[in-house]
Amino acid sequence: MQTAIAPAPHTPAPGDHDYSVTGIDSRKLGMWGFLASECLFFGALISSHLLYRARAPQGVKVPHDVYDIPYTSVSSFVLLMSSLTMVLALAAIQRGDHHRLRIWLLATAFLGTLFVGGQVYEFTVFTHEGLNLSTSVAASSFFVLTGFHGVHVTVGILWLLSLAGISLRGKLPAENHLWVEIAGLYWHFVDVVWILIFTVVYLVPNKH
Amino acid sequence: MAVAVTRAPARPFARPKAEHGFWSWISTVDHKRIGILYGVTAFLFFLVGGTEALMIRMQLAAPNGKVLSAEEYNQLFTMHGTTMVFLVIMPLAAAFGNYFVPILIGARDVAFPRLNAFGYWAFLAGGSLLYSSFLFGGAPNGGWFGYAPQTIGKFSPGHGIDFWLVGLVITGIGSLTAAANFIVTTLNLRAPGMTMMRMPVFVWMNLVVSFLLLFAIPIITVALFELYFDRNFGSNFFNANIGGDPVLWQHLFWLFGHPEVYILILPAMGIVSEVLPVFSRKPLFGYSVVVFSGIAIGFMGWGVWAHHMFAVGLGPVANSAFAASTMFIAVPTGVKIFNWLATTWGGDLRLKTPMLFALGFIGMFTIGGLSGVTHSIVPSDYQQTDTYYIVAHFHYVLFGGAIFGLFSGAYYWAPVVTGKMLDETLGKIHFWLMLIGFNLAFGPMHILGLQGQPRRTYQYPKGMGWDFWNAVSTIGAFTIALSILTFTINVIKTTRSKEHAPPDPWDARTLEWTIPTPPPEYNFAEIPVVHSRDDFWHRKYTEDENGRLVKIPSGGSDEASGLHEQQAEHDDHGGHGHGIHMPSPSYFPALASVGIMIIGYGAIYHWWIGAVGGVILLAGVFGWGNEPLSE
Repeated sequence: MQTAIAPAPHTPAPGDHDYSVTGIDSRKLGMWGFLASECLFFGALISSHLLYRARAPQGVKVPHDVYDIPYTSVSSFVLLMSSLTMVLALAAIQRGDHHRLRIWLLATAFLGTLFVGGQVYEFTVFTHEGLNLSTSVAASSFFVLTGFHGVHVTVGILWLLSLAGISLRGKLPAENHLWVEIAGLYWHFVDVVWILIFTVVYLVPNKH
Repeated sequence: MAVAVTRAPARPFARPKAEHGFWSWISTVDHKRIGILYGVTAFLFFLVGGTEALMIRMQLAAPNGKVLSAEEYNQLFTMHGTTMVFLVIMPLAAAFGNYFVPILIGARDVAFPRLNAFGYWAFLAGGSLLYSSFLFGGAPNGGWFGYAPQTIGKFSPGHGIDFWLVGLVITGIGSLTAAANFIVTTLNLRAPGMTMMRMPVFVWMNLVVSFLLLFAIPIITVALFELYFDRNFGSNFFNANIGGDPVLWQHLFWLFGHPEVYILILPAMGIVSEVLPVFSRKPLFGYSVVVFSGIAIGFMGWGVWAHHMFAVGLGPVANSAFAASTMFIAVPTGVKIFNWLATTWGGDLRLKTPMLFALGFIGMFTIGGLSGVTHSIVPSDYQQTDTYYIVAHFHYVLFGGAIFGLFSGAYYWAPVVTGKMLDETLGKIHFWLMLIGFNLAFGPMHILGLQGQPRRTYQYPKGMGWDFWNAVSTIGAFTIALSILTFTINVIKTTRSKEHAPPDPWDARTLEWTIPTPPPEYNFAEIPVVHSRDDFWHRKYTEDENGRLVKIPSGGSDEASGLHEQQAEHDDHGGHGHGIHMPSPSYFPALASVGIMIIGYGAIYHWWIGAVGGVILLAGVFGWGNEPLSE
């Protein structure tokens, strides 16, 4: 909608679709609900891994035998930095700076892609070192947990790229900054989950 | 209304415009129509699941039954349980929730109308995929609990279990979106004055259920995925040979499964809490205690799951802890039962069909609750576990409880949904047939269970002393079938009848009776302002100094002030509600669900089928995102 005059701020009344008793936008509240659900999803996966992390037949490698902590630390750092660029993207659209919005969205997607690429490389190396989905229950739970996290990051990347595309077509006006914020909520959540996974799965040693 | 036609944006699909007929149902985003879709679909699944139950009962009517083979029997009891839990009771509750939660809180729709449609289509996609297994080499046969490692590829070859896994993941997606939608709707879209503690108990219970779904669905999804990976990609979560732990499956399944029990029963408790006050002409006794008991059940429901696993060998500490928590959760449940009884106490009882079902609910659910408490005693449970005693217990809770409550709601709210009353005589025949048939079918199972008849066993030999009660149980099952037939006839008769229900036929208490029936698309021409709990009742009645009910005199606002104003508004709008902007219909939620269903087949058969589904899903999602909510 192209108008010369800035539209008056819209105050939703009861019965309007964007009415909100709590004052929190419904879409944002819905996203929080979804993320709450995701906590249990990763919670169940992490629990499975905690149960299985050291279980393997005699002489078969467990994930801890093949971890490359410095390498994964770097890729974790990359993912954490993507949260920073995500914040910058939101700040940019709130300022109405659409050019920088797209730059930071693409930067976030790029860092996410770097992380996922790193995970693919890591999985490949592990497979060559004799750890794959089938070798042990420990390996199964490791790959399924981190794999699902990778899928979440991938979905986030697609989401960010879509937003950048919409913005490029001029369909993401500054008053719709909530869309960026909601994507950001998801993105930060996926990052936070990774902090947990990196700590609990990679850093905490197995008891012997 | 003259509207300048603006440039239609180039899109692969034109925005659906049909207001009637097939495509209008595919593309609807109206919470009421989606509620009807849920209800009709779930009722059809109910007939299918019931037929499966009848076949099971025919097989067990006499010793050494020959009706079914062992394999067919396994498939039928698996599909019966799965159907009744995931495809009947959950979606029936969603049907009532969809139709009535927005109206009961004075809203025009749910927070996310298209997501709401998507939830229904995902449920239908998952259910259809599950049932298509009968065409593709056999239905799942691992029980509704799918215990691993029994269900891993080595022991359950074929695709049956895969259909079960994928189907439940897809229905789970639907449940999850519905839950998030209900939570946001209830928190955000309440009419002015509709504070949380003025909300009808049904809305409260639906809210608690939504939170339970939100946290329980991801847990079973993880279990389903783990088993799926074991069966299809060579992972070893449940391969006991190399250290896979069968108890992990049980923990994940029952950590979902026990909250699931409350997911199934709380909506029915909510319905009964609406029906009892209306037909007792008294407010619900201890409203806040009923609400907080429901919330307490929601919390405590997370701490009792291992009572399904007493015989597994978790050890005395775990068993004692879960025994205690199981006894403890009976407290808020008992509180509710006494509140319902106190609601009827001294009331001006009118034994209409909805009330009969509500009273039946209290009685049957109490029996089921009490037999449940007997399971909490660990040594007693050792004796009962995997016997028909358990089958008796959960049918008293889920059929005697949930299904009776849902039928109560069906009779109570039929005038809102259809604008017509269900026939009282047929309704009463339905109730009594169902009550008698139900007790004949499931009462004897207590005895059979204590005599040691095992569950999930397709034949029993002569001379065990089980013949008589099994025959009685089968007669009971067919009596239930007769009662459902009566209900079906009643529904058909009502839909054909031309007689419109009088406004507010039950002299009810809540907002759904203040609007024309069936409600217009926008529900409320004017958003109501709520002044009290049971607002509509207080618009109609006040109390004199002796505490007796007095009708508010018809000073311009006769019996139902709201109703007349709303009707007048509605007529003013020519029955169309111009000026009220409702979300436009959309094909994309259904399209996205089709994509997910095809991905599901891809997950069972070949990745390229999944790729096709993925493209369709993406098309649905992007179309959805590109399309404005209303235009």
